Amino acid sequence: MIRTGLKRIYIGLIFLFLYAPIFTLIVLSFNASKTRAKWEGFSFKWYISLFENEAIIQALQNTLMIAFLSALIATVLGTMACISLQSMKRKTRAVLIGITNIPMLNAEIVTGISLMLLFISLGVTFGFTTILLAHITFNIPYVILSVMPRMKQLNPSTYEAALDLGASQLQAFFKVVFPDILPGIISGFFMAFTMSLDDFIITHFTKGPGIDTLSTKIYTEVRKGIKPEMYSLSTIIFVTVLVLMLLVNYTPKKK
Amino acid sequence: MKKFLCMFLCMVLAMQALTGCGGKKTGENGVVYVYNWGEYIDPETISMFEEETGITVIYDEFDTNEAMLPKVEAGASKYDVICPSDYMIDKMIQKGLLAELNFDNMPNAKKNIGAQYYEQSKGFDPENKYSVPYCWGTVGILYNKTMVTEPVDSWSILWDEKYQDNILMQDSVRDLFMVALKLNGHSMNSTNKEELEAAKNKLIEQKQKSLVQAYVIDEVRDKMIGNEAAIGVIYSGEAIFTQRQNPDLEYVIPKEGTNVWIDSWVICKNGENKENAEKFIDFMCRGDIALMNFEYITYSTPNTEAQRLIEDEDIRNSKIAFPNLDDYENLEVFRYLGEEADAMYNAYWKEVFSN
Repeated sequence: MIRTGLKRIYIGLIFLFLYAPIFTLIVLSFNASKTRAKWEGFSFKWYISLFENEAIIQALQNTLMIAFLSALIATVLGTMACISLQSMKRKTRAVLIGITNIPMLNAEIVTGISLMLLFISLGVTFGFTTILLAHITFNIPYVILSVMPRMKQLNPSTYEAALDLGASQLQAFFKVVFPDILPGIISGFFMAFTMSLDDFIITHFTKGPGIDTLSTKIYTEVRKGIKPEMYSLSTIIFVTVLVLMLLVNYTPKKK
Repeated sequence: MKKFLCMFLCMVLAMQALTGCGGKKTGENGVVYVYNWGEYIDPETISMFEEETGITVIYDEFDTNEAMLPKVEAGASKYDVICPSDYMIDKMIQKGLLAELNFDNMPNAKKNIGAQYYEQSKGFDPENKYSVPYCWGTVGILYNKTMVTEPVDSWSILWDEKYQDNILMQDSVRDLFMVALKLNGHSMNSTNKEELEAAKNKLIEQKQKSLVQAYVIDEVRDKMIGNEAAIGVIYSGEAIFTQRQNPDLEYVIPKEGTNVWIDSWVICKNGENKENAEKFIDFMCRGDIALMNFEYITYSTPNTEAQRLIEDEDIRNSKIAFPNLDDYENLEVFRYLGEEADAMYNAYWKEVFSN
């Protein structure tokens, strides 16, 4: 009895710590006052001014575009890397995987500044492209990390059997190998997507004038106080993700 | 899983459709790259400038002077106009990053910006060659009249044991030491070891008596509005906003003197549109434009023409927004003290926090 009670309290605490900050933000997004210290009544005014604020909407669009494109490209490149890693000798593979892991463990600021210096020395103009390239770069290791284990579980004989039965190499890959590693690819894509969505430091160093993602936009507002429009935007994003998650988990599966 | 992916893609596409596609073209008279603090301009004024001059503004924002400098120094993007703070302008001049201004191209800057602000600017730009003041303010004490009944006119109240656990101090090294240095009657740009040592001891004393509730930056504003503390060190620009929210609050400039901060427009040496940059600065100095920006930012404007145009009498005559700088002694601007002194300040700061 006591044990289950304690368990419930424990899980309650976990949820409290996870969600209390988000809940505070959601409540504040409906506060008519600009300051968090005063409650001046329920209002949708920050939601209205959010959609009237071109700069924030533009930043949102950039963020989604960059996250989506960089995750997609990184997924393709990362999966291709896994295929070739799989066919290497054990030793070379270990070394190469080690190398691809370094950018993940490296401090973000190091990656950010080195990319900036690289772009400068190559004479690239800073803007959308440089952010995209940077995001692809730091996303690839995450894709490899999630695709590689799936690749290792594959039975190499099935691929060879497909070849023996007359499939071309490409056919054999898409009919036999690909369906097996698909869950890894999908989770790699989402990991890359969220990493890109989150990133501030690398974006800060690789962005050019006149382009902002949500994270850099929010950061610049720190000195004057973050605008309540940001609360409402975060609320919308949170609710969207929540609904999406519920739909995925509750739709009955057709088989 | 497939379904999830499908839905996800739909969402991304819907967002794209919803937000539409942006993108700017180059104006008929070229472009100007502007790098300013976040939320530090009325966006309307930029559109007006573009319309009147045919110059496209490519606008970018930064959050701290320290984040801005490496980007400008590395030359990743060639900014034309930047708006750094006093000590950072000093540093940028020393590093040779700034171009001299031609005031003949900027009649509004010459005419509308009050002489006393150019005078204060000499602290970091001795010949007024590089910078045009844009926003300014003081640092002072904000107190709650219901909790503090005695008259407040000195930094020493921050060491009064009556207000134990009720005081908010600034959480940045120069702002924090400024208070103690000024209280001891020293310059806030001091690099003298003994003076800094004395300031450090003063701050440690304040901390050990647990007078300080918290070392904060932005939170001063919300905490004071919410009656969570009795006294706080705050920037004057925030003081007006807090007073509107909570009429019990009062702002004073201490008699020992304080920091006058100035954010000024400067032109970058490696920019490619100097002519447009000067046009931009001059446009921002026009009375009506400066007024729009003052109302948007609410930090004091050095533009005398804009000050005259303010409709709200209380604000026009406000001693918080527009104190007469000649009434106070020992006002100073922050200077860049060099790397050695910076390291010394940081070492003392760490000592305060480890005690």
